[in-house]
Formats: sequence, C-alpha cells, structure tokens
Amino acid sequence: MLNLGYVLRRILQMVPTLVFILVVTFLLVRLLPGDPLSAIAGDRVTDAEVASARAAYGLDQPILAQFLLYVRRVATGDLGRSIVVHAPVWTLVGQRLPPTLVLSGMAVLIGVGLAVPLAFASALRRGRPADIVIRAGAQVGLSMPVFYIGLVLLTVFAAHLRWFPVGGYGDSWLDRAYHLFLPALTLGVSLAAVLMRSLRSAIVDVIGAEYVDFARAKGLSTRVILLRHVLRNALISTLALLGPLVGTLLGGAVITESVFAIPGVGRLMIDSIYGRDYPVIQGLTLALAVTVSLTFLVTDLIQASLDPRVAR
Amino acid sequence: MSAAEDLLSREPALRRRRTRGLGLPRPPPALAGGLAILLFALVLAIVPAWVAPYGPTTFDYRAILKPPTLVHPFGTDSFGRDILSRTIWAYRVDLQIALFGTLFPFVFGTLVGAVVGYAGGWTEIVFGRIVDAIVTFPFLVLVIAIVAVLGPGLINLYIAVSAVGWVFYARIVAAEVKVQRRLDYAAAARVMGYSTARIVLRHLLPNAMSSAIVYWMTDMALCILLGSSLGYLGLGAQPPTAEWGVLIADGKNYMNTAWWISIFPGFAIVTTGLGFSLLGDGLADLLRPRR
Repeated sequence: MLNLGYVLRRILQMVPTLVFILVVTFLLVRLLPGDPLSAIAGDRVTDAEVASARAAYGLDQPILAQFLLYVRRVATGDLGRSIVVHAPVWTLVGQRLPPTLVLSGMAVLIGVGLAVPLAFASALRRGRPADIVIRAGAQVGLSMPVFYIGLVLLTVFAAHLRWFPVGGYGDSWLDRAYHLFLPALTLGVSLAAVLMRSLRSAIVDVIGAEYVDFARAKGLSTRVILLRHVLRNALISTLALLGPLVGTLLGGAVITESVFAIPGVGRLMIDSIYGRDYPVIQGLTLALAVTVSLTFLVTDLIQASLDPRVAR
Repeated sequence: MSAAEDLLSREPALRRRRTRGLGLPRPPPALAGGLAILLFALVLAIVPAWVAPYGPTTFDYRAILKPPTLVHPFGTDSFGRDILSRTIWAYRVDLQIALFGTLFPFVFGTLVGAVVGYAGGWTEIVFGRIVDAIVTFPFLVLVIAIVAVLGPGLINLYIAVSAVGWVFYARIVAAEVKVQRRLDYAAAARVMGYSTARIVLRHLLPNAMSSAIVYWMTDMALCILLGSSLGYLGLGAQPPTAEWGVLIADGKNYMNTAWWISIFPGFAIVTTGLGFSLLGDGLADLLRPRR
C-alpha cells in the first residue's frame, strides 16, 4: 500500500519544480532582444492596443511585479493569446493535443510491444547470435535520428508501396489510427530501442535472483516464472524510465509531427517558431513541462505502490 | 610509509594507473571498434578537402538530381551538388556540434557535482531540487524554445544545450563523489592535512569521473542527434552549410524521385553515433571497477 507521508512529500516536491517552470517560461520571452511588448502583442498593433497590453502585462512595473502578474494569470488558466491566429493559447492547445496524445499512446503500445519480446529473447539467449543481433539492432535504433526513421518509413511504405498515407490526420477513429500508424511506428521504434536495453539488463538481473531459483525448484512452469516473477520485477526498474521517456516522447512527437504533417502540439510548436508567435511558444512550453512533471509524479507513485522500498 | 600514506596509495585511480603500466591489456572489441570509427570521422572532419571529390557547395548545372554513379557515388541534389562531398564536409560541422555542445556541460557539471557531492547537507538538498526541476522539462522542447527565442543557428544551439546539459553530469559526479568521500583513502588524505580543494580535485574527482566520461560519449552521440534534428527543422545549422540534418532536409521533398539525397547522409549519423556508443561501452568496461 501507499505510504501517505511519502505521497505528501512527493507532492510537496512538485512546488519548487512548478516555480522553476514558471520562472523559465517567464524569462523565455524576456530573453528576446527589444521590447517584450512586441513579442507579446505582435508588431502590427494600434497605439491603443499597445497601451492596453502594457497595462495587462504590467510592463511598466518592476520585473518582480510582472512575474507575479504572470503567475496570477497562469493560475487562473490564462496562457496568453496567439498573435498570429488571435485565439487563446489554451484553445489552441486543446485543439492540437488529441492527435499528439493518440500518436504518443500508439507509439508506447508499439514500443512496449516490440521491446518486451525482444528483451526476453535477448536476455534468455545471452551471448548467443540472437542476443547479439537484437542488441546491435537496438544500438542502431538508438543512433538513428527520429526524423530519419520517419523519412525512411515514409518513402518505403507510403511513397513506394503506397500502403499508408503520406501524412495528415484522419476523420474517423479507425482512419486516424491508419494515418498515425507510420508516425507511431517511427516513435515506437526509437522508444523500443531505449526500453529494450533497460528491460534486458533488468531481466538478466532478476533471472539470477534467489526467488526465481526457488520458483523453479517449486516446479513452476517456465512461462509462469517468466511472466509472473521475472517480467513483473523487471518492469519495476523499467518503470523508473517512464517519466523521462515521456519527455523524450514529446520531443520525438515534435519532430515526427513535422515529418508526417500531423496537426498536433509538436507541429504547433514548430509553426509558432516560424511565425514568431511567442505567447504560443511560452504557453506550450509551460503546458508540456507541467505535463511531464505530472507524469514523473504519477510514475513515482505507481513505482512506490509496486515496490514499497522506494517510499522510504 | 605511514598508515595514512599506505591508505592513500590504495586510491582506485592510482592502483589502476600502476597495473596498466605493467602489462597493457588487450582493448575490448567495443573500444577498438568505437575508436576506429571515430578516428575515421576525425580524419574526414580535419581534412575533408583531401578526401571529398568536390567542395561542399560546388554545384554542377549539368548534373542535377543524378542518381549514384562513379562520378557522384552518392548522387547529386537539386542544385547539382555532390552528396558524397557534402556528407564528408558535414563531418566537420557535426563533430563540432558534438564537442561544443557537450564541453561546457562536462566541465561545469563535473565541478558542480564535485562540490555538491563533497559538501553534502543543504547544498545537496537545494541541488537535488534544481535537478528535479530541470529534468522535468522535456529536453528537446526546452532547447527548441530557447533556440526559438534566441534565433536559429549553431551558437544559440550551444547556449541552449549547455544551459540544460550540465545537470546530468553534475548528478552523476555528485553521486560518485559522495561514495568516494567515505572511502579510506579520502579519510587518509584528510589526515595528511591536504586542503579541501586538493582532496576534491586531485583525489576524489579522478576516481569519481569515470561514469561522467562514459556519459560524455553517449552525450556526444545524443548531441549529434539533437543538432541534426534542429538542422532538419531549420533551427540549427543554416543552409547551405553542409550539416547532416540540413542535408536530409534538402532531400525530403525528393524522397520519391531522388531518395539518395536524404538516405546517404543518414548513414553518417548512424555510424558516428554507433562510434560514440561503442567507445562509451568500451570505456565503461575499462574504467568501472568490476562489482
């Protein structure tokens, strides 16, 4: 069971993280050369708009007051307005989040689906040809940039074989899964390479443990030992990777969405950079960082409930 | 020899230095493979003009989008530039990204880690919170955001990567220094009356750095991936600079008709990344004490 003290402590640890995220995203726009106003309100504005924006963002006040104003705005759910499409950043994030979530979810399924059997195959045949081939494959997968994997898959399966569409996002759910298959495979392959390596070494460690010998001595079948004892314990240490992996996954989504022209948050990020839409860049960075820190929290809590030793 | 001197002489790094001097052990195959690949890369980066058949931006109107032939082994792009030559010239740019993107994080992170690991207490708690906060940012998203604000280009890429990357080294070194600090040889150095700076820099750091050096190799591979990704997105090296990500982006609209523009530069990324990984694995075997 979960230890309440640990849960509270872990949630309290979020506070400095959130403060840091706010400081960085606040400073991000202030780093721009020139008047931050032009970054917040855009270049083509009337004098009246300039004056109202200046007052709304407290730009005539000292920097600390500006920061507190920023925190208050974020706390009330105001992430700013896009200066290119003139819509609240929240609305844009809401519109663009579903494709990214579906893409990431499919990528995780593909990644785990590839990594678990490969890790077992590799760990159980340690030092034999199968192990060497699988590990070499993972090493190549790790060295390959996501956009390159995407371009190769796109060329082979979409452009030449025409099995899949070259990009975009479908209308019905089935159509979306079909459109997102190649991008998800792209992300899934690079994810599988990372997961496979960690899972393999975890399995190798667990297989040598005494309780596995004991289970074998009890006469349990290999299948039961592998699934119930080895995989379950090996997954606990791999779970610790999941938090950082979500960050990697989001980064990968930014690139994959650009390669496959998927209207997700990653594509929104890149479009905002090309369009110098700084409020969107700021709001998105904040939203993504908070998402990742929440994932860290959740994975830590899951890990603590699976392995009480974590919550010391 | 006093007892303290005797203990000091059992310092792991010192012992390693001695045993290595006696009989050179055969380098592990991973190390040899990694070194060979990186040596090859280094030669291409230093003297591309001797190896590449053409210049990085030399174009030929009569050879536009030509498939691989003996004259152009990797084919040509939409400007009639030789892909093989551009891929070779790009070694210089991408290895530079690997080095400059990791050098400051390595040096600064190692020093911070040493201080934090040795001081412990409040320093360590505050540091832990800073690390947690920085690690929470999706690395690529943060780097992209910083580059977006500072403007595209390699210098800004280095600034963005350095601002974030040092944390990982500091974390590794701090953990290791914390372990080393409790060992007998560290106590002996204190008994000998050495200054804190001398103990940390001359005795603890050399023994605590092997993990950081191994991570440095992985980090250089990651940095090439990051640099080429930003180059591909138009946020890193700017065209017509020959950089692998830029080269691959040049060919993305021709994948159906002229696949060679994008495919061949990718081989360079993969082999160089493999070189760093192998070197890292090899060094890990060599440097880390067997547990």
